[in-house]
Amino acid sequence: METKNNLKAWLYLAPMLILMIVFTFYPLFNAFIISFYKDYLPLANDGAGSITGYTFANYSVILKNQLFWQSIKNTFVLALVSVPVSILISLFIAVALKSIPKLKGFFQTIFFLPYVTNGIAVGMAFAVMFHRDYGLFNLVLSWFKISPIDWIGGTASWWAQMGALMIFTIWESLAFKILVFTSGLQNIDKQYYDAAKIDHATKWTIFKRITVPLLSPLILYISITSMIGALKAYNSVIGLFGEKLGGQPYSMITIVAFVYKYRSDFSFQGFYSYAASAAIILFIITLIFSLIQTTVSKKRIHY
Amino acid sequence: MEIKMLDLTKIFVSKDKREVHAVDHVDLTIPSGKLIGLLGPSGCGKSTTLYLLAGLLRQTQGQIYFGEDEVSDMPPEKRGIGLVFQNYALYPHMTVRENILFPLENLKVEKEEAKKRTIEMAQLVGLGEMLDRKPKELSGGQQQRVAIARALVKKPRVLLLDEPLSNLDARLRLQTREEIKRIQRETKITTVFVTHDQEEAMSISDEIVVMKDGVIQQMGEPQHVYDHPQNLFVAQFLGTPQINVFNGVVKNKKIYVNDMFISKTTLEDQTVKVGVRPEGFIVDLEKKSEFKFEIDLVETIGRDTTLIIEVPGNEGGLLDKITFKAIVDASLKIKAGDWVHFNIKPEKMYLFDLEGKLLK
Repeated sequence: METKNNLKAWLYLAPMLILMIVFTFYPLFNAFIISFYKDYLPLANDGAGSITGYTFANYSVILKNQLFWQSIKNTFVLALVSVPVSILISLFIAVALKSIPKLKGFFQTIFFLPYVTNGIAVGMAFAVMFHRDYGLFNLVLSWFKISPIDWIGGTASWWAQMGALMIFTIWESLAFKILVFTSGLQNIDKQYYDAAKIDHATKWTIFKRITVPLLSPLILYISITSMIGALKAYNSVIGLFGEKLGGQPYSMITIVAFVYKYRSDFSFQGFYSYAASAAIILFIITLIFSLIQTTVSKKRIHY
Repeated sequence: MEIKMLDLTKIFVSKDKREVHAVDHVDLTIPSGKLIGLLGPSGCGKSTTLYLLAGLLRQTQGQIYFGEDEVSDMPPEKRGIGLVFQNYALYPHMTVRENILFPLENLKVEKEEAKKRTIEMAQLVGLGEMLDRKPKELSGGQQQRVAIARALVKKPRVLLLDEPLSNLDARLRLQTREEIKRIQRETKITTVFVTHDQEEAMSISDEIVVMKDGVIQQMGEPQHVYDHPQNLFVAQFLGTPQINVFNGVVKNKKIYVNDMFISKTTLEDQTVKVGVRPEGFIVDLEKKSEFKFEIDLVETIGRDTTLIIEVPGNEGGLLDKITFKAIVDASLKIKAGDWVHFNIKPEKMYLFDLEGKLLK
């Protein structure tokens, strides 16, 4: 009886499992192997590829690569700032939405629109808005007598470029978070709010002491998933800066962009393995971030 | 603190624009320091009344006074009330201590003082040892007491309890209601609690207020209301088993049920409803009484025997179909199928007109 049931369970799982194995586990494993190949030529021997052995050199090469460190710096700054800021903003918007029940549906739709829009297309729209001479941002700044900033052009500073990328990334990631928080808020029993009101709590106290703690499991979920998402940033850079990956070539390169650049760079030997080792490093970074978040929150979320 | 409600009315408008008078022109004065049970079937407006007192709902009309102080338009936090919700609404992420401390922190009570009061309050409700537990680590009765402590710690003028015992099992319910009574006595705080359970209300209230359809039916000491119901609804709502109601007629100063004479009266000739409490029957061993029935079922529980009698009624309408219960002494060996003659204790019998109003 039991084995029969097990068989059935495996059968139900099979479609997803096969897809996962083919498109996730095998590539992951393979990337790990490739990252240790020496002189890997994937197209040699009629596509079977050739190697001359195994080595750690791929890692040491990219760890000495300045562009790689640039990509690490960009990715870290982007992730560490955009994730908490977007969580805070979306939390406030979700709470605000709750207090206008009549217009809530309308605004929810508006806030959700970015989620169903193509990221590259939106990125291009933002690129126009960030244009030095015709952009919306500089127009608004000019109202406050601030001289135009080159956000994304050839003379843009690193800070301006990162600022533009940050604004775009945060804006783009709000939609899903607002959706999740709004539904999370709906699941909080109204009686807690009535009780808090009777307990003389101010709106801010209610937000701080009731809403946030009761949403904390969701906040954890959102912060882990969006941290992973932010560490994989690539679309936004392409959308905003094009294939140049920055105002100056590669100035806004991210880890994934680095991986992609090397994977498609056929100019020297071992390019594939460099890309693979960078990808593995990204994997380890992501893993470490997720572990830190879960351990920290295990201590703080206890309900 | 005396609570006074004047012409208090709450009208809800449903989606199809129908008006529901949840609380209908209620005038009620609750004496200071008493424990009052607001009692009625579900939908009678008792919880609405409580939420109006709390300020979580806004009345359509009328005024509420706490002592001399009109609170009708005050938000809940200004009214100085403690409210215990039906499902307690304890903050699940806070410990017992933090839950009780929460209102004091919001009131900016000085830290040492707040700590002291929290501990005192926890001891009052008997939870001094459990201060560092989370609500989900407590039993239902303990959670209930935390909720009471949280409501009382800020020294409210009035304590309001919404169905305080309905989420507890039978044994805990008995314990907790004693506990509530004790806490109320010790703090002497004016307390209003809402319940649909008449036994619960009767057992702990100083006075009960019976409500139906948003209107107060009767108010008074539990036993007094039980003994002197002003209408058929109150008579039927209080007491288990329920009062037995017969269709009767008064003819020549005599009351007849199904053509059987049961008692004399001073009333004029008319059709009446005769209410007899189950404990109001006396078995007439001499079999002189005309009021006799064949027994269908006998239930003996402890010292009481309940006789269950089904009168099938007949085609001509001379006999009304009715099932009624009589509680008699268990020492009488009555079996199903026996014919029993009854006398009725006059103080356990009430006559109502056809609208249900008591006839004096």
